[in-house]
Amino acid sequence: MAILDKHAILEKSPTLLLVSSLLVVTVGGLVEIAPLFWLENTIEEVEGVRPYAPLELAGRDIYIREGCYVCHSQMIRPMRDEVERYGHYSLAAESMYDHPHQWGSKRTGPDLARVGGRYSDAWHVDHLMDPQSVVPESIMPKYAFLADTPIDGEHIEALLKTHRFVGVPYTDEQITSASADFKVQGDPDGDWDGLVERYPGAVVSNFDGQPELTEMDALIAYLQILGTMVDFDTFTPDASR
Amino acid sequence: MSDENQIDEATGVETTGHTWDGIRELNNPLPRWWLWTFYATIVWGIGYTIAFPAWPLISGATAGVMGYSTRGEVATQIAEHEAENATLVASLNSADLPTLAPGDDLHRYAVARGRSVFSAQCSQCHGSGAAGAKGYPNLLDNDWLWGGDIENISLTIAHGVRNETDDDARYSEMPAFGEILEDEEIVAVVEYVVSLSSTEHDAGLAGQGAEIYADNCAACHGDTALGDYEQGAPNLADAIWLYGGDRATLEETVRYSRYGVMPAWGQRLSDEDVRAVSVYVHSLGGGE
Repeated sequence: MAILDKHAILEKSPTLLLVSSLLVVTVGGLVEIAPLFWLENTIEEVEGVRPYAPLELAGRDIYIREGCYVCHSQMIRPMRDEVERYGHYSLAAESMYDHPHQWGSKRTGPDLARVGGRYSDAWHVDHLMDPQSVVPESIMPKYAFLADTPIDGEHIEALLKTHRFVGVPYTDEQITSASADFKVQGDPDGDWDGLVERYPGAVVSNFDGQPELTEMDALIAYLQILGTMVDFDTFTPDASR
Repeated sequence: MSDENQIDEATGVETTGHTWDGIRELNNPLPRWWLWTFYATIVWGIGYTIAFPAWPLISGATAGVMGYSTRGEVATQIAEHEAENATLVASLNSADLPTLAPGDDLHRYAVARGRSVFSAQCSQCHGSGAAGAKGYPNLLDNDWLWGGDIENISLTIAHGVRNETDDDARYSEMPAFGEILEDEEIVAVVEYVVSLSSTEHDAGLAGQGAEIYADNCAACHGDTALGDYEQGAPNLADAIWLYGGDRATLEETVRYSRYGVMPAWGQRLSDEDVRAVSVYVHSLGGGE
């Protein structure tokens, strides 16, 4: 074809070739990179989603450290079978304070996007200590050591600051009270009014039943909040997305 | 590039005119069918981005002329499924559950629906076969904590037990008798409880325990230890144990108490799902 023969003009002029290459790369950049700068526009506004409370955030770190995401996704896809099994499909906004998000496409275990409140704290303890004691057919490993590992929240303030650095809107008040909030979430007898005010819907409980705070407490605090922040009785997602 | 394309003598193929040190490049173009398929995919790709949501914009993306969205699709699928079951669901919701007879179409539907709800939501605690686990009641037998007739089963499922999320949840709390009784009293009352369902016991010790039982335990578990549905107090005389019936476990139970929690499923499941799973659990064998 005659037009293709014209590429000799490009090939023989380095300047023209450079300029043309730049043009082509610019188109690619515009289409693939530019939209990322307006990513926030694409997340629908959803009431109820809040940054994680300090103990939940620490639990999330344990979740990541133990590689829970290797077997469990946190993303209910918009399909009837998934919605019937796990609940309302996940919204982008529900993981907007996750750095990194815990979506996934491989499930060895069930999806955990809406596991919060689905089981009692005691069940989570039983299940993490020895999954087969409650679900005999499970192939999940035991995480009993979490209950023996105290957690002191020494760096919790720095952790919140780091998350603020990457865009999570923690307030100064939330950061200064991080250490106190961290401890009181595992103590139902403590003064947790401030915590619940700062983090609406936070579950306050002695999650693992032991007097001291352990990694088990933190992980269960995290699991119990998953997927519970949005009230789907009052919120209807935009159907066209 | 040279315009003087030549035919290579050895192969009879046209050359591109490129020559390096006397070596000429043959021009073997792609097969036509391949090339046209390639062009067709480009055209199809452009068409696809027009028909379906594709091009990213500042806030969102082009919607596509077909009006497709994944959320729209799942909503349609759910609506279709609900429409297909609408009649059955309506009769399930209006049915008087205790009068449903096994063998009825509606009963069969409720059991089938309840079984799938149970597998997805309940099996993690109560077991795939509903036989329970330590601390999670077996639903196959006729030993019930809060009552085994269908209304009570339904109430327990809808509101749960001792949870923080439902004000109507079943609630009772056994005191931790470690703070109330002396160590030897606990040993004695445990022996009495063992004696109710086992012949291997120390009759003398159990005799002492009987008195302690009457003073401390009978108010909830009953004078004859047959339990009380109103308070979720287990029957202690039937050799069915939720946490274990050996002396060490019983002592632990008496000393520290137990506090089994069940979530309020009425907040997560539809009314028809709660009713269906109630019928299913009731049908497992122990329903009253």
